[in-house]
Amino acid sequence: MITSTPPLAHRLRWTFADGLTLVGRELGRLRQEPGELIGALVFPAIMVVLFGYVFGSAIQVPDGGDYREYLMPGLFAMVTFSAVMGVMTRVATDASRGVMDRFRSMPMARLAVPFGQTGADLLTGLLMLAIMVGAGLLVGWQPHRGLIPTAQAFLLMIVLRYALSWVGVYVGLAVKNDQVADTMVPLFLPFTMLSNAFVPTGGMPGWLRFLADWNPVSALTAVSRELFGNPGAPSGNVAWPLAHPVAAVLLWSAALLVIFVPLSLRAYMRRGR
Amino acid sequence: MADPIVVAEGLHKSFGDTHALRGLDLSVPRGTVCGVLGPNGAGKTTAVRILATLSDPDAGHARIAGYDVVREAGKVRARIGLAGQSAAVDEKLTGRGNLRMFGRLSHLSRREAHRRADELLDRFGLMDAADRQVAGYSGGMRRRLDLITCLILRPEVLFLDEPTTGLDPRSRGEIWDSVRELVADGTTVLLTTQYLDEADQLADDIAVIDHGQVVATGTPDELKATIGDRLDVVVEDPAALRPAATVLNALTGTDPTMTGADRLSVALPGGGLRLADIVRELDRAEVAAADVRLRRPTLDEVFLRLTDRKESVR
Repeated sequence: MITSTPPLAHRLRWTFADGLTLVGRELGRLRQEPGELIGALVFPAIMVVLFGYVFGSAIQVPDGGDYREYLMPGLFAMVTFSAVMGVMTRVATDASRGVMDRFRSMPMARLAVPFGQTGADLLTGLLMLAIMVGAGLLVGWQPHRGLIPTAQAFLLMIVLRYALSWVGVYVGLAVKNDQVADTMVPLFLPFTMLSNAFVPTGGMPGWLRFLADWNPVSALTAVSRELFGNPGAPSGNVAWPLAHPVAAVLLWSAALLVIFVPLSLRAYMRRGR
Repeated sequence: MADPIVVAEGLHKSFGDTHALRGLDLSVPRGTVCGVLGPNGAGKTTAVRILATLSDPDAGHARIAGYDVVREAGKVRARIGLAGQSAAVDEKLTGRGNLRMFGRLSHLSRREAHRRADELLDRFGLMDAADRQVAGYSGGMRRRLDLITCLILRPEVLFLDEPTTGLDPRSRGEIWDSVRELVADGTTVLLTTQYLDEADQLADDIAVIDHGQVVATGTPDELKATIGDRLDVVVEDPAALRPAATVLNALTGTDPTMTGADRLSVALPGGGLRLADIVRELDRAEVAAADVRLRRPTLDEVFLRLTDRKESVR
């Protein structure tokens, strides 16, 4: 459509540079409001205390083992999934305040905006994960299987987080309104809790157990338990995603990217057209 | 007259059953301020969004500095600035942080983006607030920051969509001063507004749009001339309003409107009616007039007449 298309290399370079500028924007925001990062962690922190010490005192981990060791992989998964809410809220805020329109009316690389937003989330995601690891070590959690499996587990969390952030971009562009986005945030809680993050799924009624077993939160939790060597790794006759958690997480990530990257890009380019 | 830098021809745009634009034509000469006036829902914002490449027209075309807004959107974007109805800045960042970010996104070098941010903050009186978070800015400061964010690349055409809606009079005055400065630099400004005094203050030319079409264009004076002078009559005794109205109706052929408990206003037909005649006729009807005055119409009166709205637009 554009008559004088600049060479592809030139465009890619600017897409990358503009994307980096938007990641830098996130750093600027964090510098202004470091509390926001803490705010996003309040909920998992409450979970550490509430489940680690209150409910956990009465929860029996299958095959024995410490409940807090069982719990932390679930909380890592929970923090990973918060990417959807965080990105959705930021994108919807930009859309409703006119910042998105300003980006669109500027001679900047178009694809840089969604890529910058998801890149920025990766940055905050890494920081949040680091803080959660600190909290975990504090309450007695630790990885037991050495460097490589530990690194693999964190890598899988980051891969899935990045895929999830594209869901956030799409939903944020679809709602276009930060207030609507805010009302959707509480849905996060039941979604993450309907999984094996806090309790084994074995005791749930059949239909609920099916949902929980196939919830990607469960797959990610199972990955961490396995690769960190934490208690609660599934055994016996379990659902496919729990028996093959690494493959399940990779498949979930690929599926989310394949669906939501094109949807988001289309929504971003087409808005108002 | 200079070449038009903004040209729109026969723009149509519908959203479902709503026809926002029905053949809008517009032409803005380089270096002038064009005020686009219209009631809510007339199509002002839709027109600006199309001109600023945010939206494609269903039919018709538009060019900015000779470049088509659909086919050559990239070239258009390099030449325009857009300040929409809300302050489109990142509230979490500082004023300086916003300008630096948008400078970088405009592909200035880091050093140039920093220099330009400071220059704009200084020139438009925001230097004291430069390192404060925008969330703590007043409405007027936010709008000013929004405005100068458009100026980073020195745009040839600046679109201002209701730039002072919701601001107090002092902040409005400050925005007006900023716009005047830009025009002095040679920037072309297309300004939509609901405030007629804003158009009167700033615009060289005005386009009145209603139901998605331009219904009148001209300088503010030309538009005022099209509906003729107004006659205001203030009576000493409110009881005399009715006979006074009868006299004015007989003279002008139109019903005067009450503009207060003791005053009437009526549009005069073009020429032929002198103040002395009017006073004499009022005397003959034994109406004691405290004041009889001929004046130019206000832009509000022009606007109400042209857009045929009974209620005031303010």
